[in-house]
Amino acid sequence: MNRRDSEIDSGLPININKKSMSLTAAVWARFCQKRLGVLSLIIVISLFVIGILAPVLSPYDYRQTDLTSALLSPGSEGHLLGTDRLGRDLLTRTIYSIRTTVIITAITVLTGGLLLGPVLGLLAGFFGRWTDVLISRIGEILSSLPALLMMILINATLDERLRDQIRKFEDWSGIDGLISTGAYSYFLVFGTLSLFFWVGSMRIVRAQVLSIRELDYITAAEALGATPARILSRHIFPNVAFLIILGVSSALAGIAGSELVLTWVGVGVQPPMPSFGSLLFEGSGARTVRAYPHLLLVPGTIVTLLLFCFVLLGDAINDAYRGD
Amino acid sequence: MLQYTIRRISVLPLLLLVITFSTFCLTRWGPGDPISVIAGQVRDPEVLAQIREAEGLNDPIYVQYIRWLGDASRGDFGESYIRRGFTTWEVISPRLWVTGQLGLAALLIIFPIGIFAGGLGARFRGSWLDPTITLSLLFAAALPGILVVAVLQWLFAVQLSLLPVGGWGGWIDIYWIAGIVAVPIPDPHIYIPLIAYTLGGFVGVARLVRATVLEVNRTDYVRTARAKGLSEGVVQRRHVLRNSLLPLVTVVAFSLAGIIEGSIIAETLLGIPGIGSFLFQAIGSRDYNAIQALTVIYSATFIIMNLVADLAYSLVDPRIQVGDT
Repeated sequence: MNRRDSEIDSGLPININKKSMSLTAAVWARFCQKRLGVLSLIIVISLFVIGILAPVLSPYDYRQTDLTSALLSPGSEGHLLGTDRLGRDLLTRTIYSIRTTVIITAITVLTGGLLLGPVLGLLAGFFGRWTDVLISRIGEILSSLPALLMMILINATLDERLRDQIRKFEDWSGIDGLISTGAYSYFLVFGTLSLFFWVGSMRIVRAQVLSIRELDYITAAEALGATPARILSRHIFPNVAFLIILGVSSALAGIAGSELVLTWVGVGVQPPMPSFGSLLFEGSGARTVRAYPHLLLVPGTIVTLLLFCFVLLGDAINDAYRGD
Repeated sequence: MLQYTIRRISVLPLLLLVITFSTFCLTRWGPGDPISVIAGQVRDPEVLAQIREAEGLNDPIYVQYIRWLGDASRGDFGESYIRRGFTTWEVISPRLWVTGQLGLAALLIIFPIGIFAGGLGARFRGSWLDPTITLSLLFAAALPGILVVAVLQWLFAVQLSLLPVGGWGGWIDIYWIAGIVAVPIPDPHIYIPLIAYTLGGFVGVARLVRATVLEVNRTDYVRTARAKGLSEGVVQRRHVLRNSLLPLVTVVAFSLAGIIEGSIIAETLLGIPGIGSFLFQAIGSRDYNAIQALTVIYSATFIIMNLVADLAYSLVDPRIQVGDT
């Protein structure tokens, strides 16, 4: 049922003179009343800005090693948060890890959550029959898989293949640095992540399309001779657009968390490109934690903050949508 | 309902077929093979080629797959490449039991605490306690498992020397007092993994309980119970709590699936001999047979848990019709 219908059914007095509000605006207004939601949105945005501006903000190069100043503790001269085993500045590595998380979540959300999921959901919901069966079954298979296990397997297998292909591409195009910085591994990580993360938004969109396409105005549009493409883009899409944000926001923490685990395992983002997974890996041995706690606690705190804010944000958007 | 169940169960083998075939191709397409890993220093290409031929690794991939499928359907997952002389099943089954013990223990902790927290939240709705409970449980779920295990290891094993750093000593130790009275005490190895497994699970249970308790409190039969003069404690225990716990059946399956997946990380970090840490060794040494067997175990568990969750929904609440969406 549509939200506005339920308001009418509930018998609450409706102010007819009130300026009409689109669903998006109404949800946004409710979201703004949630202090925690707004706070987490601000933190997420600031961390994203820090990530994007990483090359400008960080005091050193993330690859620059200096063994004479290895394992400095936080507050040392020139290294605000200390250095790691190879003398790389921890502040720089943390900022670049934020960048890695930003890139991975943004692209996974873009490909899986914003393109693949909603488009397939629209198609499945609108055309029904075998299109729906095909898309829904694929979604069912993917969601019944142990995703983490499959992602580890896929990445472990394809890493070397991808590296060969990228090397050929580097030779052919003259671009370099993709392999030597480890940046090529981004493709693998968001490839496998999007493979598993489109299902959620596909389902949300499909369910909504199924209920919308039975409404009278769609029948009217069909009767007037509108093409399926026009109905989908002009009449249905605007009414499911907001759901996409809902699907995406609830997936953010999962995406960032999976990247963390994949990299920690060693099949995600490849060194020397920093990622929270590799920073936690380097800092997590019991002896390391005792002697150099900053190696674990600095990246650990930031990544926990990021994940927590993702969760709170998804939660607040969800609540705002459901009208609590 | 029966028709739906039959349909879902009949799809299961098909799903497993798709999954095992994809992993089969993936592992064989990847770099290296188990023979070169086992061989180690022996680098005589002729010998290696002979072994590969004898193991049937040179056959076309579909021939290999059909052969594997034939064996697997009879319960034979082949010889382990990592531990020669043992069948894959002999290597995996004791590890499966370890992971199973940990998973069950985690469930036994998640549910009582989650239910208590959810009930508390519903009871104190509107006060500061309710959002505080939800927030702290959400925070616990957002903590990365890697960080939790590392900090716990450092705190309890290294700094305080209370618990072992890792390893496994069984579920429960039995202490004999004067040789007569047996006292079961949880094994010290189990605390850190249990904390790591359970932290993420509370929030789901607590939220569901909170929501249903609030909903049940608004129903007519609860109002009737109050109206006929039952004490609030009896109303809450007999009428509200009982009806609020039913929907939890559906979460059990999901929690278990989550725990099994989370075990991959925690077991590796803590050196627990379960199937999660074995998966790592298997992928690392390209043990095709072990990877296949583990894929079957993990996927079958996942698929069955999903099915159980779906069916439980309609059993618990007949208003929900499965299968018609």
